[in-house]
Amino acid sequence: MLQDAVSRFNQRFPKVALIILLTLPFANLVYLGLHDDLSADPVEYVLHYTGIWALRLLLLTLAITPLRQLFGAPVLIRFRRILGIATWVYATLHFAVYLSLDLQFDFAHLWQDILKRPYITVGFLAWLLMTPLALTSSNRAVRALGRRWKKLHRLIYLITLLACLHFIWLVKADLFEPLIYTAIALLLLFYRLVKASR
Amino acid sequence: MKFRPDCHQNEVTDEQIACHRRSFLKNAGLLATGGVLAGCDSRAQPASDKAAKGAECAPYNVLCEDITAEKYATSYNNFYEFSLTKDGPSRLAGDFNPHPWTVRVEGLVESPAVYDLEKLIAGCHQEERIYRFRCVEAWSMVIPWNGFALHHLIKKLRPLSAARFVEFETLYDPKRMPNQNRQVIPWPYREGLRMDEAMNELAFMATGMYGKPLPNQNGAPIRLVVPWKYGFKSIKSIVAIRFTDKQPLNSWHQIAPQEYGFYANVNPEVDHPRWSQASERRIGAKASLFNPRIKTLPFNGYGEYVAHLYKGMDLRKFF
Repeated sequence: MLQDAVSRFNQRFPKVALIILLTLPFANLVYLGLHDDLSADPVEYVLHYTGIWALRLLLLTLAITPLRQLFGAPVLIRFRRILGIATWVYATLHFAVYLSLDLQFDFAHLWQDILKRPYITVGFLAWLLMTPLALTSSNRAVRALGRRWKKLHRLIYLITLLACLHFIWLVKADLFEPLIYTAIALLLLFYRLVKASR
Repeated sequence: MKFRPDCHQNEVTDEQIACHRRSFLKNAGLLATGGVLAGCDSRAQPASDKAAKGAECAPYNVLCEDITAEKYATSYNNFYEFSLTKDGPSRLAGDFNPHPWTVRVEGLVESPAVYDLEKLIAGCHQEERIYRFRCVEAWSMVIPWNGFALHHLIKKLRPLSAARFVEFETLYDPKRMPNQNRQVIPWPYREGLRMDEAMNELAFMATGMYGKPLPNQNGAPIRLVVPWKYGFKSIKSIVAIRFTDKQPLNSWHQIAPQEYGFYANVNPEVDHPRWSQASERRIGAKASLFNPRIKTLPFNGYGEYVAHLYKGMDLRKFF
């Protein structure tokens, strides 16, 4: 009985800890907001903050497979789903802030942005494509989709490229930060290409 | 207090009251604490005659909109010579010493020389101007500048009749402006105006803001303020003024000619190739997540003073 409980705890603790960890960036944002510390342009700050965390989590999700294989730590796979969903949650927050606080639910403006602004087109597309992946992350969906699940979830590679483009195209002059993220993304994608070609 | 775009200039009485009240507040030392601004508030208390006397109530002063809190205007801005982030310049420019300061006057001018700043600007009529400031990145502020109209200085320097443009240059000194060690921009930063633009009453040289000397991060000791153009035209920490007969190559145009023009007039009709210029986020007295976007006005709301400069020009072509 007690042993069961202990082993259940051991099983669950890392996941629960990770989920708590993943709420910290959001908690920090709330803290900054409550202390009037979101810079002179809070909407811009929150947009950038949620966007950059979505991208970080996306890269972390993509890093799981290489890390497992390179360091012989198959146990890491337990965290991939949580990271993937967290990525979608932060991306959704990012989009929601843009639509509500920035555009004030002006859907005509949203539509124009999506059609006319390439960085918004690719950003929106990335979020849109991510949504079916988040929706099919339950065990049941994995079973139901069978081989197609893997195919569908390969979309993540395209989403990664779109997300990087989104970042690169929005900066005015300093490409340093977006290019760092893009370099990491390309490295993670390149790893898979090499693996696949062997 | 909320931004009220429907507040019109024709309410002369209200505006005068507001102006007087402003001056009264200033005299009372209230304004310097930031955030307080009389709008076109008809309930405003008329100040005493004494307070009203010194008030400069130029019609182009922005009286009906919240002044940006001083802490925002001095801690959120672009100054790539120090940092590429918005809060970087205020953190990193503290050690910059803008004294002594000299300005090189050269080109098609009667009196080319290197001037001490004090001598250069001596005799230029000092005043306060409350202007909207619209960044090309689609955020904006309302800032009380201290300084003098650029035309005072130009008349004093006496350009030759062949001079059709005036070009300005920011200090290039990587030891004092550390981010100049990175090649983000072909340093030094350069900007320019057509002579008739420079002679316009609204073109302003600021040596201070919020009643204090210009902070380093805002372009100490002297900068240009061209309120009807995007912020990047308002070049900071000026060390050279050059009169020429050719249109100067301004830095942003040099970096990305398809995105930034020479004129850079605020224009909601002409989008930046990558984002819309139709609206802006106003950084006001208090930053809030729920401040609505406001519509961007042609020439940043200064059309009646400057639109005639561009008569017959295709502003889509000359953006």
